[in-house]
Amino acid sequence: MKGFLLSLQSEFYKSRKTLGFWSPIILPLIITFLVFLGFFLKSEKFVHDPPMMLWLKFSSIPIGIMGSLLLPMFVVFIAYSVNSIEHKADTWKMLFTLPISKWAIYSAKFVYTAFLVLMCMMLFATFTIGWANLLAAMKPELKFGAFHMEKELYLLYFKLFLASLGIVSLQFLLSLLWKDFLKPMGIGFVGTIAGVILSGTVKWEYAYLIPFSQPLLAIMGTGKPHQAKVGVDLLTKEVSASLIIAIAIFIIGYFIVQRKSVK
Amino acid sequence: MVISTNDLTHHFGDQPVVKSLNLQVPEGSIFGFLGPNGAGKTTTIKLLLNLLKTQQGSIHIFGQELQSNRIGILRQIGSLIEQPAIYTHLTGKENLINRARLLQVNTSRVDDMLTLVHLTDAAHKKAGNYSLGMKQRLGIALALLADPKLLLLDEPTNGLDPNGIIEMRELLIKLCTQQGKTVFVSSHLLAEIERMATHVGIINKGTMLFQGSIRDLEALSQPLVQIETDDTVEAANFLKDRGYNISHVADDYLALPYTTKQDMAQINASLHQKGQQVYSIYKVQKDLEELFLNITQQA
Repeated sequence: MKGFLLSLQSEFYKSRKTLGFWSPIILPLIITFLVFLGFFLKSEKFVHDPPMMLWLKFSSIPIGIMGSLLLPMFVVFIAYSVNSIEHKADTWKMLFTLPISKWAIYSAKFVYTAFLVLMCMMLFATFTIGWANLLAAMKPELKFGAFHMEKELYLLYFKLFLASLGIVSLQFLLSLLWKDFLKPMGIGFVGTIAGVILSGTVKWEYAYLIPFSQPLLAIMGTGKPHQAKVGVDLLTKEVSASLIIAIAIFIIGYFIVQRKSVK
Repeated sequence: MVISTNDLTHHFGDQPVVKSLNLQVPEGSIFGFLGPNGAGKTTTIKLLLNLLKTQQGSIHIFGQELQSNRIGILRQIGSLIEQPAIYTHLTGKENLINRARLLQVNTSRVDDMLTLVHLTDAAHKKAGNYSLGMKQRLGIALALLADPKLLLLDEPTNGLDPNGIIEMRELLIKLCTQQGKTVFVSSHLLAEIERMATHVGIINKGTMLFQGSIRDLEALSQPLVQIETDDTVEAANFLKDRGYNISHVADDYLALPYTTKQDMAQINASLHQKGQQVYSIYKVQKDLEELFLNITQQA
């Protein structure tokens, strides 16, 4: 356990000056700020919206962007950035000659990758709430203050995080094994498109088993303004499938790393 | 023995890279592991560090089997393999702090290490902007950070300038003589190893050709008498007529096997009487490089 904590701390120390660490902060900040700007500049369009509808409209834009396209590609990038630190510096051989178990090193990297994705999701919720409150203060005619869905927003983004864990584990393993960014990125890109087609366009009944479809399925039917409901059912079948896939790939990945020679 | 391998064999695909290697590295020694490029030196070091799985044979370090005591053994080893493993986006000091935390070493040791390898002034510079020599020195500092009993260094003088090479040599000798560390250092720079090693292993095409103390190796080499004269050809013919075997004749010197001091004086007197101008006459030990070439060519 100590080796795991030391490795986890080291992951933060190594990455704290890289884009891999800062992008989960910058991305939600920029996207939610742009939504804020849109609502601020075009506030007259939303003046007559009831508070709940206003919240749903405001929050569904970043959720939609992340769930449909951006989240899978963001995961591809994060998973690669955590592993590329070692690929670029040729430090795998150093890591595996430390008196720390391979299990601790591998799992700390995985947990750190998942943590960065979780941090990004939580910041999306936080910034959404923050900007909404700022809008309420700057434009009192927008009645954000008359409704609250903070808990639901955090839950929804947490659900999105859980639904992305299948992609996280897959992309993490690919990035760990391949030094070349193009390979995991290519697979991630094709996977994302396939995921959108299968879950969105074709509506294949087994799309929930495909990691790249899971984030989109997780938000489909949730938080859409016309449905006017604010409930989050956390453990839906695509989320369960994502968790099972994540655990399975994580364990398989460990055995690959365990047997892998560092050449 | 600090390192002991028994019939260690390793293949990459069908190609054997290390063949039945029986390394014996005594405690407190500087073991020079010599061989040309592609001889299997780095593969052997990676096997000793468990980076490559042992396919055949066994490895014992500090008397313990490597595979089953991996973490305990690695705790006592510092290593530098090929290029130093350095995070180029971090400063030199940050690289050391990161490693110190991972090894649970007091971070106050970081400054000591920077001083030791003369990187104090460049401590806050990004390691990516270091010269190759500075990176190599940082690699050494990283290897020494946990005060290991055994150092495994793969070509540590790569990229160092002559001053750097001398400093590295002195550092390794100091670590061995003053702190009792065992140093296993691979190199193709034979002259370098000759100057610091107490023991030598020579490997070529995966096979150990020689293993023993540096004295044993020198004993294999027959000393020569090297003579500088004004006319080396005439001097060689003269000595040949008097029953000497001439090993080598060049424009400015000739060489023949050394037997005794008295015989060397006799050669000098004879040449003088013959009217040859003898500029110098001295006993030379066969160069390790020459010896190495002889051994590898015989294999």
